[in-house]
Amino acid sequence: MKATYARPNGRRKASKSKGKAMVADTTTQDWVAHLRRIRDDRDQAAFAELFRHFAPRVKAFLMKGGASEPLAEECMQEAMATVWRKVDLFDPSRASVATWIFTIARNRRIDVIRKERRPEPEDLPWGPEAEPNQEDVVSLQQESERLAQALAALPEKQRELVEQAYFGDLSHGEIAEATGLPLGTIKSRIRLALEKLRHTLK
Amino acid sequence: MQTEIRHHLNDELLMAYSAGTLPEAFSLVVATHVSLCDECRARLDAIDSVGGAVLNGVDEVDVSEDSLDRVLKMIESEDRALPRVAPKHVTLPEPLRSYVGGDVDAVKWRRVGGGVKQAVLDTGGTESVRMLYIPGGVAVPDHTHGGMELTLVLQGAFRDEVDRFGRGDIEIADSDLDHQPVAEEGEPCICLAATDAPLAFKGLVPRIAQRFVGI
Repeated sequence: MKATYARPNGRRKASKSKGKAMVADTTTQDWVAHLRRIRDDRDQAAFAELFRHFAPRVKAFLMKGGASEPLAEECMQEAMATVWRKVDLFDPSRASVATWIFTIARNRRIDVIRKERRPEPEDLPWGPEAEPNQEDVVSLQQESERLAQALAALPEKQRELVEQAYFGDLSHGEIAEATGLPLGTIKSRIRLALEKLRHTLK
Repeated sequence: MQTEIRHHLNDELLMAYSAGTLPEAFSLVVATHVSLCDECRARLDAIDSVGGAVLNGVDEVDVSEDSLDRVLKMIESEDRALPRVAPKHVTLPEPLRSYVGGDVDAVKWRRVGGGVKQAVLDTGGTESVRMLYIPGGVAVPDHTHGGMELTLVLQGAFRDEVDRFGRGDIEIADSDLDHQPVAEEGEPCICLAATDAPLAFKGLVPRIAQRFVGI
């Protein structure tokens, strides 16, 4: 458990289609390329690779939140199908692939396990004619990586509290905030990405 | 985008919303505010990214052998999702529009007195959320909030002891805050308000019933 966050996800080789221009060794970047292939080419092979990485984690995440194994399996399958269905809405200048999949898995948990509706803000998609700036994508993905490292570096008790919160194990009264994590930088990045997006939406 | 929002969500609410543990009534107010406020959207995205790190770092469990095949089968028959975007120049953004079933003209108002109207929206849980319509210059009628109350302005503005609240502004009040919001002169003030106290009944019969069922 302790070493999990620090584990580099580098067991998959870098995406061939992307060349060396981008940060070659952060695999978050790699997953972004996978989602692009799914979005643009409906690439089932890319989806299968994404599935092999995330499905066991999504299922574990749901079980940590109290779901039984069969229910977690079922919810995970629905969540992964949603990843395919909503791929056009993924914005890599505002979220890492793991973050985006987390929000989908969390929403399934609320829906199926808590049996409540999940009110979600309006979507802010890039239109077909505009895409996020590639540098913004790279920095956001790097920032997400840094945040994962910061989480791994938290004192164990504190880190477990944060994990429990996201597993849905703490009541809203018990959650103070994501204590001690440097969220300022990633927030500013996302803020800038939003401004650019708003500009294109005008 | 619009007039500047000066009153925002706090980290505790955003965190609980991100973790998925905030009750639906409050989540509706949080999500509607985020639709109007890029500052809070960025903060929420940042907080979500911690969830992404947690998910990515969790110890894997085995999935069923036919898991991938089943999902591939599911996606074969599914259409791509379209973005949920409210049309331009509407007063009610998503997700509130979906709860109301349209824009302001679709709200099923009930008179409360003094020109004030309300419409309770349907959510799960013991918390409640309602739309409020307060004519310009009119004070919000007596309402109890034993615990937390979130009020989001969607049209017009109100003032209370704390400050002025305009479109997109959110007031977070607990039971300590003794306030008497008054709608600004001019266009009616329309708000979305959630509270974790049960509905405040004023009549005798409901009060007895309330004691009886313990709400």
